[in-house]
Parts: sequence; C-alpha cells; structure tokens
Amino acid sequence: MVIKNMSEEQDLRQTAILESKSVGIAGAGGLGSNVAVSLARAGISKLMVVDFDIVEKSNLNRQYYFLSQIGKEKILALKENIENINPNIRCDFHNIKLEKGSMWKPFQKVDIVVEALDTAETKTQFIEEVLKYLPNKPLIAASGVAGVGNSDRIHTKKNGNLYLVCDDEAKSSEEDVLLAPKVCLMANWQANIVLELFMNK
Amino acid sequence: MSITVNNKEYNFVEQETVQDLLRRIKFTFPLVIVKINQKHIPRESYATTIIPDEADVKVIHMISGG
Repeated sequence: MVIKNMSEEQDLRQTAILESKSVGIAGAGGLGSNVAVSLARAGISKLMVVDFDIVEKSNLNRQYYFLSQIGKEKILALKENIENINPNIRCDFHNIKLEKGSMWKPFQKVDIVVEALDTAETKTQFIEEVLKYLPNKPLIAASGVAGVGNSDRIHTKKNGNLYLVCDDEAKSSEEDVLLAPKVCLMANWQANIVLELFMNK
Repeated sequence: MSITVNNKEYNFVEQETVQDLLRRIKFTFPLVIVKINQKHIPRESYATTIIPDEADVKVIHMISGG
C-alpha cells in the first residue's frame, strides 16, 4: 500500500507493525462493521469478529452491508465485504451470541478489543468482564452514538486500559435515531485509537 | 479530606463502600462501571470495597446504540 508523504522505510515499518497485529471486535452492527472495514483498509491483517445477527434492510442506514446481503449472517456478509477490499486479511469470524459471564472468552488471544455492541446492558456487561478477566488488554468502547450533529461533543475518556469514545449528552437509541454519519464517525474514532496504540508501541 | 467522582469534589467519608457512595451521589442507575484510582472494581465488590481518602473515582455509564 502506498502512503504518500512518507518515506518508503517508514511505510514498510508501519505496514509490518499492522500486519503482525490482531483486533477482536464484539458485534458487527453499526460500530463493528465500520470498525472492521476501516481497520482492514488500514492494513490490520488479523480480525476476529463475533456476532449472531443477520443483515436486515433497516441496518443499511449505517452498517457496512448491501441490499444484496439482506438475510445473510452478518459475519458472512462482513467477511465478503472485507475480502473484496483485501483478500489476504485473516478473518476469524464467529456466529455466536455473547452470553453473560463468558463474553470475554473469545478475546483472549487478540491484541486489542473493540466493544461494538448495541444496548447499554450488553455494553456494560462486556466492559465489566473484559476489565475483570483481561485487565492488561486495551479495550476501546463507544457510548452515545445516537443522534445527528453535535460532532464536537465526541471525545475519548482514557482510564487505564479502557478508552471510551463518548458523547455523554447523547440520548439512547430508544429515544433518538441511529444514522451513518455519527455512528461511522465514532466507529472510525475507535479504529483510529486502535491504530494509534499499535503505532506508538 | 476529599475524593473526586467524575472530576467533581466530594467529602471523604470514613469506611464508605462503593455501594454507599453510589447511593450518596444518587447514582442509582444500575448499569455502571466503577474505577478507583484507575483500578476496576467488579460489581460484586461494591458492597465490600472501601473508598480511600483522596480517591479518584470514575463512575462510567453507557448509553445504548451501536
């Protein structure tokens, strides 16, 4: 991949770093599908994604799927889309529902974990479990993705290994719309933190 | 003697547990993640974890959507 304004040596070094890293993503919805595609484009070569859902028409306003994929398992559709960007990426995708108490288990071997779930309950439970059982693993979570505008309210709260991308004043998705601009903004914000952590190491 | 909760200052209370503090600051929302001085406090330890003086407490609550 050619990155302009960068020496070839730097380029090779960064490519090598990203090719050696793996990222685990919990959920393949609005956040997860966009995080996965963004990281795939950036050169991460190992992605692990867990989701149990199928693609629905109502997902297309923000999730990285297409009309032709409606009815398909999200993980299969996402794998297809990523292979269309770069067939060399190792996609370790699982069609499973994360269950309370063992949500952290599929993430033991990845370098960084991304929380990309939907309800406040599952987000909280997942973060709680990763912090408890995988305390040394960087965890990038997101909260407050509903709504339009107010992009300037988005910020990162760092606390130990937890990076929370949040808009504290956002309404919940039961009270406000979920649409591509803000969801993708926050998903890519998460992906950008992943890259930052890998590059700065 | 004081502690901070989400960057806001509160009085330090001797022998106060996480559970007591959440009640005191009226954080009754059940879905929170608590960190004290960057250390995660598992939910099952809220009733037994005592908050030290000058603690930096973070109470994080997640908003639905993804």
